[in-house]
Amino acid sequence: MGGNEKGISMTSDHAVTALELRGLTKRFGDKVAVEALSLTVPTGSFYGLVGPNGAGKTTTLSMATGLLQPDAGQSFVHGIDMWQRPLEAKQLVGNLSDGVKLFDRLTGEQLVTYNGLLFGMSRDTVAERVADLLKLLDLEGAAGTLVVDYSAGMTKKIALACALVHAPKLLVLDEPFESVDPVSAANIRDMLTEYVAGGGTVIVSSHVMDLVQRMCDHVAVVSAGRVLASGTVDEVRGESSLEDRFVELVGGRHHAEGPAWLRHS
Amino acid sequence: MVATLLKLRFLVLRNSLRRSTWQLVATIIGALYGLVVLGLVVVGLIALAFAPQELAATIIVLAGSGVILGWIVIPLITSGIDQTLDPARLAQFPLPLSKLMIGLTVAGVLGVAGIITSIAALAAVATWIRSPLAAVAAIVCAALAVLTCVVGSRMVAALSVSLQSQRRFREVSSILIFIPLILLGPIIVGLTQSVRTSADALPGIARSLSWTPLGAAWSVPADLAAGDAAAAGLKFVIALVTLALLVLIWRRSLAAALVSPHAAASKRVARGKIGLFGIFPATPAGAVAARCLTYWRRDPRYARQLIIVPLVPVLLWFYSNNMGSLTLLTFTGPIVAFLLALATLADISYDGTAFATHVADGVRGRDDRLGRVAALAVFAVPLVLALTVASVAIANAWPHLPVLLGLTIGALLSGFGLTSVSSARIIIPVPAAGDNPFKSAPGAGFTTALSSFATWGILIVLVLPEIVLAIVAFLTGSVLIGWITLAVGLVLGSVFAVLGIRLGGRVLDRSAPVVLSRLKALRGAA
Repeated sequence: MGGNEKGISMTSDHAVTALELRGLTKRFGDKVAVEALSLTVPTGSFYGLVGPNGAGKTTTLSMATGLLQPDAGQSFVHGIDMWQRPLEAKQLVGNLSDGVKLFDRLTGEQLVTYNGLLFGMSRDTVAERVADLLKLLDLEGAAGTLVVDYSAGMTKKIALACALVHAPKLLVLDEPFESVDPVSAANIRDMLTEYVAGGGTVIVSSHVMDLVQRMCDHVAVVSAGRVLASGTVDEVRGESSLEDRFVELVGGRHHAEGPAWLRHS
Repeated sequence: MVATLLKLRFLVLRNSLRRSTWQLVATIIGALYGLVVLGLVVVGLIALAFAPQELAATIIVLAGSGVILGWIVIPLITSGIDQTLDPARLAQFPLPLSKLMIGLTVAGVLGVAGIITSIAALAAVATWIRSPLAAVAAIVCAALAVLTCVVGSRMVAALSVSLQSQRRFREVSSILIFIPLILLGPIIVGLTQSVRTSADALPGIARSLSWTPLGAAWSVPADLAAGDAAAAGLKFVIALVTLALLVLIWRRSLAAALVSPHAAASKRVARGKIGLFGIFPATPAGAVAARCLTYWRRDPRYARQLIIVPLVPVLLWFYSNNMGSLTLLTFTGPIVAFLLALATLADISYDGTAFATHVADGVRGRDDRLGRVAALAVFAVPLVLALTVASVAIANAWPHLPVLLGLTIGALLSGFGLTSVSSARIIIPVPAAGDNPFKSAPGAGFTTALSSFATWGILIVLVLPEIVLAIVAFLTGSVLIGWITLAVGLVLGSVFAVLGIRLGGRVLDRSAPVVLSRLKALRGAA
């Protein structure tokens, strides 16, 4: 963490900034996963984080939400330093992380209840919200099934319910649409749009450009642990489509043939 | 191919040691301890060369049988078996079964436990050095015995995996099946006792054991030294047949394990029922307690730890019956308390990456610790108190009740405090949720056993005041000191529990993200 900087410096920006990342850096051994990454997510924005595999999206979001200790840099959630005052900051964040398990020996209903209670909510509030969320996400029928028996898409949805139960001001969703069926994905998209309209902020990581272009109003292109471009979707894509712009920024597109031994005819 | 498997095995061990200084320290302490014990054993075996032949035979057969039994049984109760080369994980490669078996056997012999056993077994050659024929036979039989150990433990591991893949055997049954196996010791001793007529217990038991699969290999050189070639030949055949049978069973269960992948558990709970979450207080700590207790019920990895509860009284009852005094039985309470308190010494490891929920939701370390302790306490406290009172009632040893209660309560409460700290620090590879509870995770075994061992040692130190008082109370028969033991157990235990929860909570507050990273790394390796 950056030296003497005490981190609670309240600049006027914080009123409108839902998430501010300053110089986040993470190394795994010799490999630099994220390098001095800075990003500003305005309050009320629907922010897309796109990048190729291994670009550092998950690492960045983990550091932003207090799941992974950064080697350097800071993360502010509505002006609160995540790594100085983690308990306060985490109250404001709903987090769906990729690549971690859930307590899958609980039923879906129990799991969402568990998350609500961990945030210190009252039993009645939790019960009410759990019922709403299960209905919203089409999981009522599976409420009493152990999460371990859920399909991949259902697991994503229940994890999303867990992230939403405490009515966070900022939603951080890592690959929320992976293996979710189109109908549920559309439902989730509607819900997120409504959430943003109601004053919430969403940041999603994805590598489906089309989805990001349709859904998000802001986007940041990340590659090799750095932000290559960021701003509103229109600013970033300019005249071309987001996908073309992305390929242009990231590079690496090639038309080489596969190795000969992979061709069977 | 065998060499590749071996390399893999040592790589996993090295990498798991690299990850944490704590585990390295535990490993070094354990290794030193092991070396000292091994040294004593070797010296003892050499010294036996100068002892009467009958005595040497008795000791070697008894100890050797114990070693084989240990190899087969210990993995079941402590998950200490080295399953680095898990057959289920090797299933995707086109390895011929026999090559796989050879690879696993060699890796087992060259494992830490295998090397120690081999050295000790070879040291037994020195015992028979006065009779060259017996010494030569001892070399062959040492190899036979070590192979029996390794193949036996692999067989049990493979057996448990193949049972696992049949859904019905899952959860409780996979645990119950092994209870008779764990009680094998008392059963064999019981049988041999009823058979023997001689006045001297131990040589008699040794003689009976020498005709069983456990002792046959060890007893061949002894019989040769005594000039009984016929008995030696017969026992050699028994040992060979034993090994052949073990290989056969192993081969069959391994083949089954390789073709039937793990089936997912299927369990449904009525909708709208949130179970324990509706009963425990609606606070973060209460929620953690409800979740943990749900896991104790639903997750076989936790349930496995409860086997000891019925086993300890049975074992103690058996041995106190043997000794003709029920005093031993009355220690059921303290022993179960000691073991139960330590059951959660690496609790967070069992969460796996699901622990991310606690980190992301900003659960305070104190609430996390308190919840886990509460979940255990809810059933452990009444259980150990009931066991203590019941065992005292059976033994009609009412004057000892305060002392025993003091020990029980002291051990349980101090253990709560200790595991609150240890489970925030010790991250060990454990079977993933849904895996066979007896199947050890890759790289476990050694480090697991050692970190448990170190934690056990610390708990003994914490309970030392109660232990000393108890000894004094037993020696003097003083009722007053008995009551003092109870008071000390309550007060000191509570102090340790509170301190442990606070300290563990602070450790976790500071290091929760680091703990999560280590858990992720473990899963990544697996």
